[in-house]
Amino acid sequence: MAEAVIRFDHVNKAYGDTAVLRDFCLEVPEGECLTMIGRSGCGKTTALKLVNGLLTPDSGSVYVRGQDVSATDRIALRRSIGYVIQSTGLFPHMTVGKNIAYTPSLSRMWDRETERLEVACLLKTVGLEPELAGRYPSELSGGQRQRVGIARALAARPSIMLMDEPFGSVDEITRRSLQDELRSLRDELGLTVLFVTHDIGEAFRLGDRVLVMESGRISQLDTPERIAAAPADDFIRELIEDRK
Amino acid sequence: MEFIRSVIALYAERWQWFLGLLGDHVRLALTAIIISGLLGLLIGVWISDRPKLAPAVIGVCNVLYTIPAISLLGILIPFFGIGNRTAVTALVIYGMMPMVRNTYTGIVNVDPDIIEAAVGMGSTKRQLLTRIKLPMALSVILAGLRSMVVMTISVGGIASFIGAGGLGVAIYRGITIYNPAMTFAGSLLIALTAIVADLLLGTAEKRYRKKRRMK
Ligand SMILES: Nc1ncnc2c1ncn2[C@@H]1O[C@H](COP(=O)(O)OP(=O)(O)OP(=O)(O)O)[C@@H](O)[C@H]1O
Ligand SMILES: [Mg+2]
Repeated sequence: MAEAVIRFDHVNKAYGDTAVLRDFCLEVPEGECLTMIGRSGCGKTTALKLVNGLLTPDSGSVYVRGQDVSATDRIALRRSIGYVIQSTGLFPHMTVGKNIAYTPSLSRMWDRETERLEVACLLKTVGLEPELAGRYPSELSGGQRQRVGIARALAARPSIMLMDEPFGSVDEITRRSLQDELRSLRDELGLTVLFVTHDIGEAFRLGDRVLVMESGRISQLDTPERIAAAPADDFIRELIEDRK
Repeated sequence: MEFIRSVIALYAERWQWFLGLLGDHVRLALTAIIISGLLGLLIGVWISDRPKLAPAVIGVCNVLYTIPAISLLGILIPFFGIGNRTAVTALVIYGMMPMVRNTYTGIVNVDPDIIEAAVGMGSTKRQLLTRIKLPMALSVILAGLRSMVVMTISVGGIASFIGAGGLGVAIYRGITIYNPAMTFAGSLLIALTAIVADLLLGTAEKRYRKKRRMK
């Protein structure tokens, strides 16, 4: 296997006195979709933010494509990583089109005509009508907003996607179709994905491997089949049983 | 009734004089508005990511704002003499408070999730300010601008007590020559100017909100 695209090397991270990540080690190979699941507050969002340098480790290092995140140009790094946050975080004062074109516009990547074409194409990719480009986020449904959030993260053609409960606030059916779309996008674009979720079904369906987290540590990291067959802790066992 | 008739007669008879005063007044107020608008915006932006400094700066602006206009003008005379320069300085000092406070409040109240999304997507500090923070704070900043403009236009009325031009000249002359109609005529024009300015800015604000589909 080639060098991991994302690598956590003995990372410790605390807020004040509360340790959030403890001696966290993880390697994500190219093209993998790794889903992360764990109790609220166990450190999933923190782990994602270490990858795009929104947070810095107290000790240890995070490497992205072999580069130490804390020693690299973070602005450039962030522009090359798609980031979908827990609350979608669409910019309310910009149209859907401008939201989607945000990262490319930071480096003046697209001219006006390219922007129009790319936005229409990205909207189609996430299963939305290109006509939505002129609307404002407040005029969209929750599911549409989450799709726009994903289109926006894909705009600068990242090879890595960090997704923090991206399908949180939608109904089961919409959620399924978003999951299917994400899976085919991933295959098509060869994305490496770190995907945080609270839904064990989603974690199993999307993940090549599933990472189960317990207060800042990895309690299990394996394929969905093997975790389902032999869950390593009570938390995951309960989740699996609830599903039945 | 008699009084109103004499005010109208005064306008009819001396409209050129009033028009000239109105022009001076607008020019004086506009100078102060532009300076305090820009300065207040800059200071507000500057303190918005200095949480330790911000309360002190806003406190100073608040204190300055409470100094009575007459005494502020009096205090400034030894430094700037009499005339328009002193008047503009006083108006700028008053204008600081609403501009600094609203710019600051508007920026620090931008949803932190939105800021995080923008930073996480690779915005530089400047891009974060110009593309996210300022546009999202704009309606709060505009509200500050509106109250500053109205205040500047009306406080500008007493600037002529220290020899500055503007409609205050009519007020002052009316007082000294016992002509209440003249004082009233000057005050009325000031009030109307302030109302028109407020309406114009209000329309601009509404249009902005409507365009962005904001409530
Ligand atoms: N800025 C902060 N300051 C202090 N503590 C924080 C901060 N951000 C997060 N924490 C704490 O760190 C811990 C881990 O937070 P994190 O956001 O990584 O959890 P999470 O696993 O993403 O939870 P959830 O599933 O609820 O989103 C939590 O206990 C949280 O209270
Ligand atoms: Mg989280």
